[in-house]
This record gives sequence, C-alpha cells and structure tokens, in this order.
Amino acid sequence: MKNTYIGQAWLVLVLSLSFGAALAGVETWLRPTIEANKLAETIRRIPEIVPGSDAARSAEVEPLVVTTGTGRAASRHDVFRALDATGRQVGWVIQAGGKGFADRIELLIGLDAPAETITGLSILDQKETPGLGNRIEEIGDDDNKGFLWQFAHHYPQADRPLIVTTASPDMSRSDAANRILALSGATISSRSVCTIINEALSGELISALRSSVSTAESRHGE
Amino acid sequence: MANDAPTPLERFLRGILPENPVYRQLLGMCPTLAVTSGMREAMTMAGAVTFVLLCANVLISLIRGLLKPHLRILVFTLTIATFVTIADRFLSAFLPEMSHKLGPYVPLIIVNCIIICRCEVCASRQSIPAAAADAIGQSLGFALALASIATVREVLGSGSWFGVELVSESLWPRWGIMLLPPGAFLTLGVLLGGANWVSNRRSVRRPVATTEG
Repeated sequence: MKNTYIGQAWLVLVLSLSFGAALAGVETWLRPTIEANKLAETIRRIPEIVPGSDAARSAEVEPLVVTTGTGRAASRHDVFRALDATGRQVGWVIQAGGKGFADRIELLIGLDAPAETITGLSILDQKETPGLGNRIEEIGDDDNKGFLWQFAHHYPQADRPLIVTTASPDMSRSDAANRILALSGATISSRSVCTIINEALSGELISALRSSVSTAESRHGE
Repeated sequence: MANDAPTPLERFLRGILPENPVYRQLLGMCPTLAVTSGMREAMTMAGAVTFVLLCANVLISLIRGLLKPHLRILVFTLTIATFVTIADRFLSAFLPEMSHKLGPYVPLIIVNCIIICRCEVCASRQSIPAAAADAIGQSLGFALALASIATVREVLGSGSWFGVELVSESLWPRWGIMLLPPGAFLTLGVLLGGANWVSNRRSVRRPVATTEG
C-alpha cells in the first residue's frame, strides 16, 4: 500500500477534493455579490460607450437576454438598452466575453439604436500581461488613439468579421475597415478581443436586436 | 524537530526586520515593484499576502507529519493556490475597484516566493504557533517594505498619501516618473541600499551575530 500510487498520493487527492469543495462553497457565497458589482459597473459605463445615454434611466429597464447558437455552442448575452434622459432608446450595450491570453476577457460593446454601428467598447474585466496585453483597455483620444479606438464606428457584418493585422492596414483595400492593428507584443490578446466581438455580433444577435427595434417602431407607428 | 529551532516569538520578530522578505531576502519583487505606486494598492496586496501566508503556513504545519518529501512542493502549491483564489474572489466581491486595479497581481501571489519559502523553511518543520507567528512576522515585514516604497512613490509622484493630498501641485511639482516602473526600481534601489547600510553598521557594532540557515 505504501508504495502504490494511492499510497503515495492520497494526501494530494484528499486535499484536492477538500479544496475543490471549499472553493465551490466560496464561489456559491460570493458569486451573487460579484455579479451585482459587474452589473453596477456595466450600468455606470453605459454613457461612456453609447454617447447621449443616461445611466440612471438605462438602469430602469431590464436587460434583454439573447441566446445565440445551439447545443454546446450556445452562448447567453445580456443586452442592455441605453436610454437618454427622456427615456428614448439611443443604443444597446452587449456584455460579451471569451478566452484571452492569461484569463477570460469580458467586455461591453456599445451599438447605436438600429444596431448598425459600434459606438464604443469598454473592457469590463481582464487579467492580461501588464504593460503588454492589458493595453487592450486603452481607449485614447483623437490625438493619441488607443487600441479600442479602432473599433468605434465599425459596422458589424456577419459576413465580414474583424481581422487582426500586425502591420498598419492598407487603406486602399476594400476590407481595410475590418482590419484591426494588433498591439505590439500582445497579438493574442488583440485577437481575443476581435474574436469576442465577432462572436457576439454574429448575425443571430444583431438580427434579434434589429427585429426588436423594428417591432418597437411598428408598435409606435400603430 | 531539533530543539534549537526558533521559538514562535523569534520567528515573529525575525520576519519584521532581520529577515525582512523584501529588504533582506529579496523575495516577492514582482508585487513590490508593481503595486507600490499608491498606499491603497500596496496595503491591499499586503493584506492579501497576509491572509494567504497565514492560512497556508497553518495548514502546512498541521499536515507536516503527512508530507512526503517528493510531493511537498505540489502540496504547497495546491494549498497556496486555493487560498489565493479565495482572496481573489473576496476582493472581486467586496473591493471590486481595487481588484480591477491590482489585476493579475492577485492571482500571481501563487508564485510569490515569500509564501512557498515560508512553507518550506518554517511551516513544514515547526508547530502551528511557530508557523502562525512566522507568517504574521513575515507579512508585517512585507507590509512594512511595501509601505515604505509606496509612501516614497505616492508622496513624490502624486503629492498624496492613501489618496489624501498632502501638498498642492503649485507647491510641489509632481514627479511623474515615480509612478512609473523606473520610479519603482529607483525607490527600491535607494531603500535597499539604505537597509544594507544600516545592517552593515549594526554588524560592525555587534560582530557576533546569530543567523539561521
């Protein structure tokens, strides 16, 4: 018994099971608080990524839950309606996430009201390499454009996904608008952000949002 | 256990200054350089390390009789990773802004050499009181080191301490470099030099000193 695998490793096995159970308990206890924090942070950032929207008014409306894909590939997205101070819808905010270089990246994608143009992006959570991958959070301004600046005013099209390039995109190319310049030294993190956006803005989700807009407009017309 | 092993009180006192993890052992350099641009971040990191070190040391000491030499590092890592995950989730739940600021540095406590070193040097060989005293002493030493570096960097770089403005910008122009990585290296280098100088002077005055291997 002493020299068998179990005899050697029983302590590791017992500890693994005990720690696993303890972590499951901690997760069960803390997850609701963490999710509430995430929701509050999402609401706070809505005006940053959808210009003209009001956080307090947007918080009054329940988010739309859209499930895309089927079976194991199915993913659930919480979509927030961005409302202005008068209560008029000025855009959408989609919570999306996926695998990054070091850990999961979670981001918010802002769209205009007809769900035709990206108005802004914000990284909700990431643990990418400091100084390299964590620069995916940089937005910048007109003079000093950050990584996320490239995504604003992009038109999501299911048949023309975003492509990451390591050299400045040739603006004469027809697909130049779909090309995103990777961060130097952080190509995987850059590619992860594009993949998350491509998957979130798949035809299915955009169609659901657009049909929601057209339904609302037709009701308004009646 | 050998009878000449340090007592819990000796373990506690040694960790603060004579065997300070940063200034004397040069361990935990990653958080020392990365999260000392402000006192809040530094003290949050010190708190997280204290929790992980205390829990890991106590648990390892508790099971030290069952540890097999070739599996001990695996058990240490498993234990440390568990407590780091708990600390990380706790920060996400109750200090979300700080959790976002510290980013990957909280999960990186798993590979902080201070903790695995204390598990190996003390917790796997001594009783629970000695292991707990060692953890608290080393954590205090680590917190003091982070606080000293963060104080210099925040005061010179932002003119504030714990976010409270001490000097207005008109009276004290901010040294922006102190908030950047070069500021961390410069401050650590100067303070480390100071610690060595003090240590050398003390050893000259007291030529016979006892050290533990």
